[in-house]
Amino acid sequence: MFKQIVTVLALVLAGNFAIADLTIEINKGKDDPVPIAIVPFGWQPGVAVAEDVASIIEMDLHRSGQFAPLSRGDMLGRPRNASEVYYRDWKSLGVDYVVVGSLTQDGPNALTANYELLDVNTQRVILTGTESVSVDKPRYLAHTVSDKIYEKLTNIRGAFRTQLLYVSAVREGGNRTRFRLLKSDIDGANESVLFDSREPIMAPTWAPDGKTIAYVSFETSRPAIYTQNLLTGVRKQLTSFRGLNSSPVFSPDGTQMAMVLSKDGSPDIYVMDLASGSLQQVTNHFAIDTEPAWMPDGKSLIFTSDRGGKPQIYKVQLGSGAVERMTFIGDYNARARVLPDGLGLVLVHRNSGNFHIAVQDLKRNRVEILTTTNLDESPSVAPNASMLLYATQYDGKGVLAAVSIDGGVKYRLPSRFGDVREPAWSPFLQ
Amino acid sequence: MKYQAKNMFLGVAFFSVLLAGCASTDTDSSGQEGADTVSTYTESADANASAYDAQDMMNLETVFHFEFDQATLTAKARKALDAQIVRLKKTTGPVRLEGHADERGTREYNIALGERRANAVADYMAINGIPRYRIETVSYGEERPVAFGQSEATYSQNRRVELK
Repeated sequence: MFKQIVTVLALVLAGNFAIADLTIEINKGKDDPVPIAIVPFGWQPGVAVAEDVASIIEMDLHRSGQFAPLSRGDMLGRPRNASEVYYRDWKSLGVDYVVVGSLTQDGPNALTANYELLDVNTQRVILTGTESVSVDKPRYLAHTVSDKIYEKLTNIRGAFRTQLLYVSAVREGGNRTRFRLLKSDIDGANESVLFDSREPIMAPTWAPDGKTIAYVSFETSRPAIYTQNLLTGVRKQLTSFRGLNSSPVFSPDGTQMAMVLSKDGSPDIYVMDLASGSLQQVTNHFAIDTEPAWMPDGKSLIFTSDRGGKPQIYKVQLGSGAVERMTFIGDYNARARVLPDGLGLVLVHRNSGNFHIAVQDLKRNRVEILTTTNLDESPSVAPNASMLLYATQYDGKGVLAAVSIDGGVKYRLPSRFGDVREPAWSPFLQ
Repeated sequence: MKYQAKNMFLGVAFFSVLLAGCASTDTDSSGQEGADTVSTYTESADANASAYDAQDMMNLETVFHFEFDQATLTAKARKALDAQIVRLKKTTGPVRLEGHADERGTREYNIALGERRANAVADYMAINGIPRYRIETVSYGEERPVAFGQSEATYSQNRRVELK
């Protein structure tokens, strides 16, 4: 198993986001990535687009780990549509698919991409598309085309138009730390600050509609759960119980929130009905019960508990309260999240004293460790289950990284802030 | 031997506090506290007591350390706490205990561990005569480290309860 390290310079012009260095590391495993060529898009004279759309598509597909884009320097021509494509040229370069396209600006407010996906082996156009966005969103246009190409070639819904939440902590003078809640596109671009505090911010999470988020803030000198509307910016304090107020997670239908409260002594799992504010106690044990996550049907929760002596994952039925242990391999399994199909868990797994991200198949209960670094935590799965984000440390700093669900692809995400952690991958947003 | 016996007693006392806490099950949202109603007790108006308090505070240990993944008080921590308890008995103000953990393990588990540690100190104080209503506990988990880096030296500094 040899490694191929490719460094791509991501040139991001939006906002005050500077040039970021994105390192993609591909561990070649059972499947070789599909060779594809994304030809630079043509554009009509007079149109100045702030972004290199083809380059963004190329990086999207590359980051997925399922594609190996051809370097531009190796291209023998720059066709802008199917009629300009010489299939034998691309065949000789070993490319299976070619994407060609052009950009036009129709009036002040519409940037349009016309593109075609060509199969080099059958010498056919297999996808033709037209996508329009407002002129200030060329990156979104590129991600839209990436989604269409990805779906056509993998039969899996693309997740390139998703976003992520995360927390940064920047140490300032005099023992003070500045905490920020941040949101960015899934490739790290368009980073923006949603909330800023001198006190810790924890556990950001998305509502299933992608319009509201929740998190824990210590701004009152004690932990409390807040929701924040992403469109209006309106914040609402949801809880302020004595003791812990932590780990908020929205139910799959968005009407309830599971959380951890210790108001009655030890930390237990509760579910709040968001319309009425009424609270149901789900677990009742003197051990630490924490880190709830919903099963996709919304009828049961998984959570971490040290009721057996060491942290392990358990499942509780909301109707009956019946509790069942889910993890048996290793002496530390925590902070699990459920794969969208409900057939697997991603979790933090300790092995030889190191904390790694692992995936557990719930049918065969097989555990596969996906990461090789230490102190890996907070796994968050993409809505199409292709990859997951997690937090780790690199050069003594907290960084965000991604790994494919089969462990074959890894990359670190750039951030302009110091220590970053607790990534939360959004649901599909379109 | 003396410490061991004391520790066992504390363990039993702590366990019963936990059990008492778990005995109630509720399905309503009452019991929520307002964000600004933290204190149920006001600082003593006695100027002399405050001055004495401030001077004592400077000489006494205000940070109590713990072993990895443990919330049991060490002999050293109990000794430091005993001195604090003597001081606190001369005052009437609120006592804030902040629990912390090192960075190993998940953040949410660590915040629960920090609370366990803060509660262990609170229970020890209560058993030794500081009224429970004076004591507020808050856990910061691994979010507020005082030492940085990945060594046992830094980790042991971060596993602590701070008296504020």
